Amino acid sequence: MDNIQILIDAPSLALQLAIDGILIGAILALAAFGMALVWGVMNIINIAQGEFVIMGGYATLTLTGLGIPPLLTLPLAPVVMFVVGWIIYRIVIFRVVDRDLFISILATFGISILLQQLINQIYGPDIQAVQSGLTTRFFFDDALRLPEIRMLAVGIVIVFGLGLAVFLKSTRMGRAIRATSQNPRAARIMGVDTDKVYATTYALNAAICGAAGSLIVMTLVIGPFSGIVYTVRSFLIVIVAGLGNIPAVIVAAFGLGAAENYAGFILGAEFQVAFVFGLLVVIIVGRNLLLGRQRKYLK
Amino acid sequence: MTRVRNDYVLYGAIGVAAIAAPFVFPSFQIQLSFLWLMILFAMTWDIMGGQMGYNSFGNILYFGVGMYVSAVVQVGLFYDVAAYTSAAGANIQSFTPSQFLWGLALGMPVAGLAAAVLAAVLGAGMLGLRGHYFAIGTLGLGILAAELAGAWDYIGAGSGMVPPLFPDGLGSRPRFFYFVLFGIVVAAFFTLRWLYSGRFGLAINAIRDDEDKAEAMGLHTRRYKTVAWGVSAFFLGLAGGPVGAMIGFIDPRDTAFAGTTWGVFMVLMAILGGKGTIWGPVIGATIFHVTQELFWTFLLGWQRVAMGALIVLIVVFFPQGIMGWLRERMPERFGHRVEDSPAGPGD
Amino acid sequence: MAEALLEVTNVSKSFGGVIANDDVSLSVPEGRIVGLIGPNGSGKTTLFNSIVGFHPIDSGSVKFEGREVSRMRVPQIARLGLLRTFQQTRVYGRMTCVQNMQISTPPREEGLRDMFAKARSGATEKAEALLEFVGLYQKRLLFAGDLSFGQQKLLEFAMALMNEPKLLLLDEPTAGINPTLINGIIDRLKRANADLGVTLLIIEHNMRAIMNLAEHIYCLAHGQLLAQGPPAEIKDNQRVIDAYLGAH
Repeated sequence: MDNIQILIDAPSLALQLAIDGILIGAILALAAFGMALVWGVMNIINIAQGEFVIMGGYATLTLTGLGIPPLLTLPLAPVVMFVVGWIIYRIVIFRVVDRDLFISILATFGISILLQQLINQIYGPDIQAVQSGLTTRFFFDDALRLPEIRMLAVGIVIVFGLGLAVFLKSTRMGRAIRATSQNPRAARIMGVDTDKVYATTYALNAAICGAAGSLIVMTLVIGPFSGIVYTVRSFLIVIVAGLGNIPAVIVAAFGLGAAENYAGFILGAEFQVAFVFGLLVVIIVGRNLLLGRQRKYLK
Repeated sequence: MTRVRNDYVLYGAIGVAAIAAPFVFPSFQIQLSFLWLMILFAMTWDIMGGQMGYNSFGNILYFGVGMYVSAVVQVGLFYDVAAYTSAAGANIQSFTPSQFLWGLALGMPVAGLAAAVLAAVLGAGMLGLRGHYFAIGTLGLGILAAELAGAWDYIGAGSGMVPPLFPDGLGSRPRFFYFVLFGIVVAAFFTLRWLYSGRFGLAINAIRDDEDKAEAMGLHTRRYKTVAWGVSAFFLGLAGGPVGAMIGFIDPRDTAFAGTTWGVFMVLMAILGGKGTIWGPVIGATIFHVTQELFWTFLLGWQRVAMGALIVLIVVFFPQGIMGWLRERMPERFGHRVEDSPAGPGD
Repeated sequence: MAEALLEVTNVSKSFGGVIANDDVSLSVPEGRIVGLIGPNGSGKTTLFNSIVGFHPIDSGSVKFEGREVSRMRVPQIARLGLLRTFQQTRVYGRMTCVQNMQISTPPREEGLRDMFAKARSGATEKAEALLEFVGLYQKRLLFAGDLSFGQQKLLEFAMALMNEPKLLLLDEPTAGINPTLINGIIDRLKRANADLGVTLLIIEHNMRAIMNLAEHIYCLAHGQLLAQGPPAEIKDNQRVIDAYLGAH
C-alpha cells in the first residue's frame, strides 16, 4: 500500500494515471455501446463481445502486414467485422434470438470459444501490438504525456456515440431497431423486417467492436485469450450505466478505465485483470442485494 | 420391478468393466483416469446447469481450489509450504509412502470441504443472481481465481507448484490414481442419484422451471441452491488433489483453473449427453473423451476450434442432447413413463 | 370484533407517473370468501402483488394475522401462509403433476432434514387426493407443461391447496376455463373454503361467478376503492355499474 503514498506525494503521477485510464476507458465505451445495443434490441448478452474486439485488433494487424498504414485500417477493421458479425448472425444467432436465455448464453459462449481458438490457431498464442505511427505529446515540462493515438481514440468514441444516437433516432433502420427493441412482435406485425433488424444490430455491434479492437492493438496489446476481459468490462459498464443511456456509458467507461489504472498501480500490475473480475462480482452482487431490499431482482 | 433389476445389472456390468479396465489395458490407464475425471466434471456441472437451470461457467474454480488446498495440506503436514514452493523444481522434498498416503487422505477431504464452504460463501451473494448475471458472474469468478493463484507467492504464483510426487513402493502410479478417481465418481454418482430421487431433486427442478413460482410457494430456494452448488463444489474439490498429484505439477492457468479447456469441457459434455438427466453427463463425457483421445490428434491443433463449433452446434440444433434424443426416439425404453391411469378413487 | 386475517390499510403504489393503487384499504376476515372486482387496469393485480411482496409499496400497511408484512419478501410471506395464484398460470412445466404437487407441501413443516428426504407417502396420497379434487387425477403423470391452459389453472389451484395456506389470493380463477366447467370451479372454491378452511380473496371478471361466491365484494376503479359491500348491494351500486360500462 506504499503506492498510495506515492500517489499522494506525486499528484502529477496520479493525474497521469487518471488520464491514461480515461483514454483507455474511451475504447472500452465503444465495446459497451455495442453490447448495450445487442442486449437491448435482441435480449442477448453477447459473451463473444471480447472476441469481436480482439478480432478487430487482428484485422488491423493483418491489414498492416499487407502494407496499409495502421491509421488507415481504423475505418477498415469495422467493415471487416461488420461482415464477420453478419455472417455469424446468419449462421447461428438468428436461430437463437427468439429462444430462451439458456440457449443464447450457451451459444454465444460457444462462439466465444470458437473464435478465441481460431485466432490462436491462425495467429499463435503470442501477444501482439501495432505501432500507430503517431507520436506522444508532453505537457507541463514533460510531467504529463499524452499519446496522440489515445486522444484520437476519445475523438472516435465521441463520434461513434453521436453517430449511433443520430442513427437510432433519425434513420429508417434506426427507428426499426428501436421499435423492435420495444416489442418485436408488434414491430413484425407492423411490417418491420425484424430479421434484418437483428442482423444489422448484430453486425453493427461487431463493427463497433472492430473499431475498439483496432484502437486497442495500437495502444495496448492483444492476444487470442485476452477477449474475455473485454466482455466483462463491457458488461460492467453497461450494468452500471443502464441500457440505452449513451452519455452514462461513456462516463462509466471513463470511470472503469481510471479505476483500473489506479488499482493496477496500487495493487501491482499483476492484479489489474483480477481487479476487473473482482469488481464485476462485487458490483453485480452488491446491486442485487440493494434491489433485494426493494423486493426486486437484477434482471 | 424389472427396471430396477436392469439397473443393478447395468451397474454391476459397468463396475466389473471399470475394475478390470486398468488390468486389461494397462497402457491406457492415464487416459482412463481422465475419463473418470471428465465424467465427474460433467456430472457436477449438470447439478447446476442441467437440474437447476443455473449456467455456471466458473465451476472449475472449485476444482482448482481443491487441487491447491490438497497440495498445501499434503506438503504442510511435513514441511514449510512457503519454503517448499519458493524452491520449486530445485530440490523437491521427497515423501515416504506413508507420508504421501496420509497427506492425500487428509488433503482430499479438507479440499472437498474447503471447496464446499467456499461455494456456500460465494453462493450467499452469487446465487441471488439470475440468468445472464449468474453466467457472467461465475465466468468472472473462474478467471479471478486463476489470476489470484497466478499472483500469490505462497502457492508458487505463476510458476506453479509441484505437489508431493508419488513415492516408490505403492505399486503402479497410474493404477493408484485410476482407482481414486473411479471411487470419487462412484461416490458422486450415487450421491446425486440419491439426491435427485427425493425432495432435493424436485426442488431444484422446480427452481429450473420457474424460480419465481417456487418462491411464491414459499420454497426455501436459497437453501437448495446453496446445497446444490456445495455438493458440486465438494466433489470437484475432492478430485482436485489426486489429479494434481497424478499430473505432478500444478499450473494456475493450465491445470488448476483451466477455464479454457476443462472449464469448457464440463459444459460441452453435459449438454452433449443431455442436460438434467443422471446418465446424460456420463454418456456425454464418455463419448467426448473417447473421440478426443481417438481422433483429435488428426485435427492437428484445430480440436479446440472444433470444440467451440461443437458447443454451438449442440446448443442450436441438438439442445436435448443424446439422452433427450433417445427419449424422443425410444420413449418406451428411455422416456418419461405414463402408467396406465385407472379411474380415480372417487370417479 | 377480532382483527381480520388480512388488513390492508391505505396502500398506494405508483409506477413512474402512473398511480396503480391510491389509498386502498380492505380487510379479509378469517374463514370468508372476499371478492375483488373492477374494470381492466383498475389496479387489482397490482394490489395482489403488493400484498404478497412482489414489489414494494409506496405507503400504507399490509398486515397478515396482525403482523406487518409490507417489507417482507415473497418467500417469507408465503411461508406465513399467504399464497397467491397467477393470472397467467405458473406451474413447473417439465415436472409431472404429482411432482408439482409433491414439491408444494407446506414449507412451514420443512426442516433441513426434509430437504434430502424422499417424498413422504402421506404427501403423495394427499397430492393424489387433491388432484382428484380438481379433476386432474387421470393426468397426474403427465408433464404439467403439456396440460391445457385450463388444466394448468386447476393444477395451480391444487398446488396452492397442497401448501395449506391460511389465505389464498386467486387471480381470475375462471378466466380461460371452459364455461361449462365454471360451475365446477365455483363449487370447488366453496368446498376449499368450507372443508379445508382456506380463506379466499378472489379477483374475478365473471360477475355471475363472483356474486355467487363472495360474501363481501370490493370494487376498484382507477386505482381507488369505489365501493364495497355484500354482492346484492354491489350489483345495484350505480357507481360500480358506471365504472364497468365506462361512464366516467
